[in-house]
Amino acid sequence: MNVHTGTFAAFVHRASGVLLTLFLPVHFYAIGTTLESAAAFDALLVWTQMPLVKFGEWGIVVLLAAHLGGGLRVLALEFLPWRDWQKSLAAAAAALALAVGLAFALAL
Amino acid sequence: MNFRTQTFLWVAQRASAAVLALCVTVHLATMVYAIRGGLSAAEILSRTKGSVGWLMFYTVFVLAVTVHAPIGLRSVVTEWFGWRGAARDVFLLGLAMLLAAMGMRAVFGVFL
Repeated sequence: MNVHTGTFAAFVHRASGVLLTLFLPVHFYAIGTTLESAAAFDALLVWTQMPLVKFGEWGIVVLLAAHLGGGLRVLALEFLPWRDWQKSLAAAAAALALAVGLAFALAL
Repeated sequence: MNFRTQTFLWVAQRASAAVLALCVTVHLATMVYAIRGGLSAAEILSRTKGSVGWLMFYTVFVLAVTVHAPIGLRSVVTEWFGWRGAARDVFLLGLAMLLAAMGMRAVFGVFL
């Protein structure tokens, strides 16, 4: 196994986890505005149409997919007898993030 | 931190990860489906209002995140910043409570 691949995958997994944790309160707050009114939520959705915000959303979706891929990699390493496949798992995690990023970008 | 607590946190982290793997997959697929043609409050709420299925799904999702994120952050702040001790765990418990409260507020926001 290439040590750098595993180290890089572990770093991406941690960094994406931290960024997603920071995003969650903002996300929950935004969704929670529906308690006030649908109009308040729509006002937020209009704001999300700005190109820079859209790009940020896309980044968060990619981070989520990367964290999912990285998490599946960790679960596979710990629970499956796949010791020689670390690099393949890291590649699979990256492929998942890329695929979700593309799907989201195409749907935007 | 004793060995039993460490083991409990490890199990909780992996169990919540397994739940989240399923939830995040559904969430990503729903997002890609939902944003086609633009998002609106009416469109989202038409799917979720009064739907016990989505209420249960998002409740499980929020609770799994509430368990998962603070335990994950615990490892990061310990290893990256050397933050240990009671203050760290009080902070993380506060974070868990904040995520649970804000998350469930959002869940009921789209259900009620």
